[in-house]
Amino acid sequence: MTTTAPTTTTVLDATDVTMRFGGLTAVRSVDLTVNSGEIVGLIGPNGAGKTTFFNCLTGLYVPTEGKVSYKGTVLPPKPHLVTQAGIARTFQNIRLFANMTVLENVLVGRHTRTKEGLWSALLRLPGFKRAEEASRERAMELLEFTGLAAKADHLARNLPYGEQRKLEIARALASEPGLLLLDEPTAGMNPQETRAAEELIFAIRDKGIAVLVIEHDIRFIMNLCDRVAVLVQGEKIVEGPAEVVQADERVIAAYLGTPFEGAPGQEEAAEVAAAEAHSTTEGDDK
Amino acid sequence: MTTRTPTTDATAKAATAPAPPIVPLPPAAARAVTVAGSAVAFVGTFLAWTWTDEFPGNLTVTGYPGGLQVLTLVGALLTLLFVLSGYGVRGLGWLTPGGTNSPVLLTALGVLGTTGYAMGAISQELGGLVNLEPGAWVSGIGALVAVIGALGLPADQPYDADEPHPGLWGRIRHSLTAPEPARAKDLPSWAEILIIAAGFGIGLYVFAYGIGTEYSELFVGFLIMAAFGFTAVTRAGLLRRLSALTAKHRNVTLAAAFVAAICFPFTQSNDQFALIGANILIFATVALGLNVVVGLAGLLDLGYVAFLGVGAYAAALVSGSPQSSIGVHFPFWAAVLTGALASLIFGVVIGAPTLRLRGDYLAIVTLGFGEIFRITMNNLNGNSGPDVTNGSNGIPNIPDLKVLGFDLGVPHDVLGHELTRSGNYYLLMLLFTAVVVMVFRRSAESRIGRAWVAIREDETAATAMGINGFRLKLLAFALGACLAGLAGTVQAHVSYSVTPEQYQFAGSVPPNSAFLLAAVILGGMGTISGPLIGAALLYLIPAKLQFMAEYQLLLFGAALMLLMRFRPEGLVADRRKQLEFHDTGQLDVPDDKPLPDGATGVAKAGA
Ligand SMILES: Nc1ncnc2c1ncn2[C@@H]1O[C@H](COP(=O)(O)OP(=O)(O)OP(=O)(O)O)[C@@H](O)[C@H]1O
Ligand SMILES: [Mg+2]
Repeated sequence: MTTTAPTTTTVLDATDVTMRFGGLTAVRSVDLTVNSGEIVGLIGPNGAGKTTFFNCLTGLYVPTEGKVSYKGTVLPPKPHLVTQAGIARTFQNIRLFANMTVLENVLVGRHTRTKEGLWSALLRLPGFKRAEEASRERAMELLEFTGLAAKADHLARNLPYGEQRKLEIARALASEPGLLLLDEPTAGMNPQETRAAEELIFAIRDKGIAVLVIEHDIRFIMNLCDRVAVLVQGEKIVEGPAEVVQADERVIAAYLGTPFEGAPGQEEAAEVAAAEAHSTTEGDDK
Repeated sequence: MTTRTPTTDATAKAATAPAPPIVPLPPAAARAVTVAGSAVAFVGTFLAWTWTDEFPGNLTVTGYPGGLQVLTLVGALLTLLFVLSGYGVRGLGWLTPGGTNSPVLLTALGVLGTTGYAMGAISQELGGLVNLEPGAWVSGIGALVAVIGALGLPADQPYDADEPHPGLWGRIRHSLTAPEPARAKDLPSWAEILIIAAGFGIGLYVFAYGIGTEYSELFVGFLIMAAFGFTAVTRAGLLRRLSALTAKHRNVTLAAAFVAAICFPFTQSNDQFALIGANILIFATVALGLNVVVGLAGLLDLGYVAFLGVGAYAAALVSGSPQSSIGVHFPFWAAVLTGALASLIFGVVIGAPTLRLRGDYLAIVTLGFGEIFRITMNNLNGNSGPDVTNGSNGIPNIPDLKVLGFDLGVPHDVLGHELTRSGNYYLLMLLFTAVVVMVFRRSAESRIGRAWVAIREDETAATAMGINGFRLKLLAFALGACLAGLAGTVQAHVSYSVTPEQYQFAGSVPPNSAFLLAAVILGGMGTISGPLIGAALLYLIPAKLQFMAEYQLLLFGAALMLLMRFRPEGLVADRRKQLEFHDTGQLDVPDDKPLPDGATGVAKAGA
């Protein structure tokens, strides 16, 4: 379904990332790599530590142990430097600049890729207008790309839910990243919107941007990802192609719980797992 | 979070009959009654209202309205104009592009308010109703009749679909609302510019009249009439029309505003009133500087007045005042740079440790630093510390400025008008205000300004978009400090002396930190005109109403609460804020798929 470019380079390399909150270890020694041209999925039950792992990657949390490198250089745990380096992200609970317009949101995303400082703005130096116009043009292209161009002048908070998610992606893309981290991009979307989001993510990959996506919708993950990693209670238990991961007992156990030996209900659980596996392969065969 | 699309609006209009008037009268009769009442009130102002000129303003002359009578006269005239526009009189239609009847009611109420206040004040001050001459009764009864007539006019818009049968209070409030005006058709640009100029001309006249009121009774009457008149003009849709024009010709608007401001000192022959103007400008400029910090970057700074103080002290020290401990005399431009630089450094020194804090912590720390500044200035007196500032005596005898051989300390004749000392300083300060307005506008509309607003909206998301939060906050803080310091250098010269007590957190004389913040919030955060208007009101009202100095802070608090209840975005709404608080409904959200309220709530809480 997806073609990997012949010359793959490692975009993201997280080694041994551990995050502890007091006594709670939310992420435990997780290793993960993402290569250029790849879409990698990160799944796991609620509270598994997926979002926490994202926060460690993007410098919102300083990991207790481990390091994160992007294209070979180790990243300092400062969010703005991570973005500057080329990793952009969206948030699970949408965090747009609610009272700015759609266009302004995307323009803020361009912050690291523009230089104009306060003096330039105050004195309106020659470069200022040009840079501002170029930014606007680039932002409008991205809105075109995500299908929000018609709403450029609307307040972000007035957009419907699905479009708010799209705007978050457009804003992230504005920083011209090499890797995009998406935290549950289809949460709360209806099936049509989910399909549109799929198309969008493929289009992003085709622009040469690697994608790491957290998602609960198994069908979505199956359609989209070249590789899937499973996080359970902070630990990465399996990693591999989607079909392999889906069939893995440990994954099934993690999602459905481990039945006691010989306990009533074991058969039902197995049935459910089988049924689930069946239905997802059906959905995958397009 | 309900938004109305034009279609639902139209259906609502069709479904609910027009709201019935509060006083059951046929519309034609109601109009006639209003006209008659206003006309009577108008005529009454030409008669004597009282028998003695002990009441200020001399209301005893027949045939020549004075003082409070003029306000009633103007109000009655406005009411008549609005009613006639409602009749469809040719050439007056432009007066009411929005609501027609609510402006009538508002101006009628304004007339009743001023006339009633005048009658009350006369009988209270002179001892009893017997002191009222027939003229006052004529105007008062006319005003009452006009209000009753206006209450009989049908409301400008049908009741809201979700509340079709409001109670009496709801109906009265409803009768004061009006629909938005439709888009105006384009005029030739010279005509539009002329309209802008006329708008500012009227604004300047009203403002100068308010400052020039000689006694507090007249000022109270002015406030009543101005408040009702302003609301009426808003309801009539004129303000919206004007702001559409100003948005279209922004540079012309700025120029017109400054020309109007330059004209102000020439309208004042009294030095005292020009001084009020200069002080308002200082206050307003500092408020605008604070607006960078609070309105754009969202940093709650409760000690901002300290930066004004740093600038003022720095300028005073290098002013050549005999009491200055340094004893140098810099030329003005160098003193300005010194003051701005000192404030900038002070801002960075305070900002660097505190801006790592968020929200409430920052507010408390800045509050503390503001007080520390004042106490330090008090203690650097030679006893409890080195002698730098003369302690509580401050630095007096600051000499007047000479700019380019022009002595600002003495009156000058300009084109036949005398420009007093305060007038000179007013014009100098206006130059600084212009600089600050430009700095605000240009920084707000740039990459830096957007980053500030992003930080205000959601700091975590902003840093994840590559914004160095600390650095940009420090930049906003330092820029704000620098602008306040700039104003401080002029303030030191205008007020002849600087003392620590001028720079308190809260006090009865603006500018102080609390009033500065109030000016920004009351006027409208993130706007340019908001803090300017807010500062003018907050300065003028206490200055003109000296008699209630004791209750000033109480009234101030009450006014702030009322404002936050009824107009949380401030007097001048930021384009963004207006949408935030009132959901005027951009027509983009499809009705069938509203944003689930719960979802955003959770997102906010979980964020
Ligand atoms: N700042 C924090 N302080 C303390 N505990 C935290 C913090 N952030 C996350 N946790 C804990 O870490 C664990 C992992 O949370 P996380 O949000 O990463 O899960 P998740 O896999 O993203 O779950 P979901 O699918 O529900 O989004 C949870 O138990 C959570 O309570
Ligand atoms: Mg999560």
